[in-house]
Amino acid sequence: MDSPKRASSLNLLIQLRTFGVLILLLVFFSIMAPNFLTAGNVPILAKHIAVNAILAMGLVFVLLTGGIDLSIGSVVGLAGMIAGGLIYEGLDLGFLGYTIYFSVPAILVISLLMGLLIGMVNGWIITKFSVAPFIVTLGMMYIARGFALLRSNGQTFPNLQGSAEHNTTGFPILGAGRILDIPLSVWITAALAIFFIYLAKRMPFGRHVYAVGGNETASRLSGINVVRVKIWVYMISGFTAALVGLIVTSELVAAHPATGVSYEMNAIAAAVLGGTSLAGGRGSIGGTIVGACTIGVLNDGMVMMGVSEFWQTVIKGVVIIAAAVLDQVQAELQRKSAMAKLEKGS
Amino acid sequence: MDEPVLEARGITKKYPGTTALDRVDFTVYKGAVNVLVGENGAGKSTLMKILAGVERATAGTIYRKGQAISYSSPFEARNHGVGIVFQELNLVPNLSIAENIFMAREMKKGRFSVDLAKQEEEAAKALARLQFDVSPATLVGNLGIGQQQIVELAKALYGDVDILIMDEPTSALSEQEVKVLFTIINDLKAAGTAIIYISHRFEEIFEIGDYITVLRDGKLISTAKIKDIDIHWVVREMTGEEEKPPPPRDKRTGKVMLEVNHLTLPNDTGGFKVNDVSFTLREGEILGIYGLMGAGRTEILECLIGAQPDARGEIVLGGRKVVSTRIDQRIRDGFSLIPEDRKQQGIVQTFSIADNMTLASLPRFSGRFSISTAKENEAVDRMIRELFIKIGSKKHSITSLSGGNQQKVIVGKNLLTNPRVLLMDEPTRGIDVGAKKEMFDIIRRLTDAGLGIIMVSSELKEMLTIPDRVLVLNKGRLTGEFEREELTQARLLMASGTK
Repeated sequence: MDSPKRASSLNLLIQLRTFGVLILLLVFFSIMAPNFLTAGNVPILAKHIAVNAILAMGLVFVLLTGGIDLSIGSVVGLAGMIAGGLIYEGLDLGFLGYTIYFSVPAILVISLLMGLLIGMVNGWIITKFSVAPFIVTLGMMYIARGFALLRSNGQTFPNLQGSAEHNTTGFPILGAGRILDIPLSVWITAALAIFFIYLAKRMPFGRHVYAVGGNETASRLSGINVVRVKIWVYMISGFTAALVGLIVTSELVAAHPATGVSYEMNAIAAAVLGGTSLAGGRGSIGGTIVGACTIGVLNDGMVMMGVSEFWQTVIKGVVIIAAAVLDQVQAELQRKSAMAKLEKGS
Repeated sequence: MDEPVLEARGITKKYPGTTALDRVDFTVYKGAVNVLVGENGAGKSTLMKILAGVERATAGTIYRKGQAISYSSPFEARNHGVGIVFQELNLVPNLSIAENIFMAREMKKGRFSVDLAKQEEEAAKALARLQFDVSPATLVGNLGIGQQQIVELAKALYGDVDILIMDEPTSALSEQEVKVLFTIINDLKAAGTAIIYISHRFEEIFEIGDYITVLRDGKLISTAKIKDIDIHWVVREMTGEEEKPPPPRDKRTGKVMLEVNHLTLPNDTGGFKVNDVSFTLREGEILGIYGLMGAGRTEILECLIGAQPDARGEIVLGGRKVVSTRIDQRIRDGFSLIPEDRKQQGIVQTFSIADNMTLASLPRFSGRFSISTAKENEAVDRMIRELFIKIGSKKHSITSLSGGNQQKVIVGKNLLTNPRVLLMDEPTRGIDVGAKKEMFDIIRRLTDAGLGIIMVSSELKEMLTIPDRVLVLNKGRLTGEFEREELTQARLLMASGTK
């Protein structure tokens, strides 16, 4: 009778493991780098974490179905270039002889729709032609990056303040704005987190996502529209990628076509650190946020300690592998204890 | 004739918890087809695996020409002249016939390189012995199933193999291919090869068999020469019971609720998995579907649930023609499927008991946006009560349950969709005797409420005791239909094996 309690406390331990590492890192860096946990630095750290957390939260839905989305880094870049281009030079309707300018809200919507569209195309190809998600999104990674470069011929759209004349001012607010002294991107992260947790835990769609990743055939035979679920998860990750593109571009007040390169790897790392299984079916939004925080703290902390950039890269890799190994060990232990229980029971 | 080439004495095989074989003697005669029969779980496959070196016996000895021998791998078995062709083909489709035959025993030219020319020459000889006129350089993937079977034979026979084990070799073959196979078997017999032949198809047994050995519950029941016996003898020995009609059931079936007309499902090779099958189902009726492997039993259920997009034919449920094509729509129409393979198709291993149970009916427990935990819990608790599922907590992982309780959770999942027709594919597979009985009680109770049930099973005993009516399939065709009063084992077996 005590087993449900024990199982849940074991589960808690697993979830807290990464959390424990995060606390240790925070303590470590605040000792080693006195400026680390200061009122000046924390918002900067939070902004760094927010970008990766948003990306990772969207990606987690894809990972939960057992898929992967490598195109998100490129979508970050492309969304930034689309927004930046519309602010910087508008939409040139050359054949009609004039250029139209959109308001900033419209530009945001256009970029986000583009993210959804790319996700939809990813999901459609994956489900319609049964191509491996790795391949499809790898291809899309190149395509999106290519379009980002084509948009400006490789150039940067600088100084995206906009102009009052074209009613395009206000874009930098997204990256620099604060409410109650907290950066806007952190508010967005929090709002998204609440929505995604609700989506994952409380709505039928979330349950379906977990089910498809746990056993696709069983899900299909239970009447779950697996194709629709899969297309939606890629749309979610496309959406969050476009959102991150807008935030980053706004923070920099400039759109560069190479923005977002290898962001997908950071997002995967955050999800895995947070206990997400790349085989699908296991993972959570909460864990992913903890994972993103861990990576963010590790990154910024090492920078402030003055660790060489090259060593930072090595250490990040070691941490990711260690987390995955630990996950496997933990799962094995759980399996063994479950087996022991089963044998004792029968 | 009558010259033993291999004798197994006192073969016992124990698995944790069960004894699969209990002191079984088995003699294999030279130049003859030695048939091995028995119901599912009688120990045929275990004995075959031991003879082929796939598994080791717990006790007992195998004698070859009077000498005790032992081996522990198919490779060593081959050195003693024993080869095997498994029911499932084990060929690599993207390699040639010759490369497949010499897989893992390649002929070498010098130290490193494979002597392809020599291999093909040898393969050609091996194929010629089987009267199979195809270039050994042909890719196996380009051959038909029957031809691949012959390649398997050539592979199994290559070397000094004079005892060949064949496990249900005809289950995937067409009528024409079966004829070819039998010609080959007769040639092999004439050349002195002993064949151990495992089959469920009674007609085949009487067509090519010479000796027959019957196993039941892991024990040797009897051996005989085929020419001395008939089908009734085989059924009696296999089941241990005199044939008698099943006990009558208090049948209260209602009006016809489901009509299936000309259901057809093409396969990849131009034939049919389900070939023009028509039947009806009444309210409160249990309709059994019996057939051997590959007869199209599972496919019929899949056609009904909408999992086979290529299915053709007319389905009329409750007087209305079913036009939907997707599984979720069919579930809304009132179909519900308990799939054959619980692990692969039934449960979501990462889910709790409760989450598994509500998976197919989440919209029913949801408001505009979110799932109502209260409604969900209420439904789960009700199912656990009604189906007597024994659990510690519904929040436990589904994998912590025994097979029987897992299956009950799946039944609960299906019932929560409010089905009108419940499709059950091997509902008692992999569950213990007690759970089986409970499952049948549940099935009967469900029909009292007017639910129609279509039940597929390969267990003869279940077919004789549970359904009100049984359809028999053979290679996609409906070959028999029996009311409960007409059911006998011999009738079912004959109908499932006729051509």
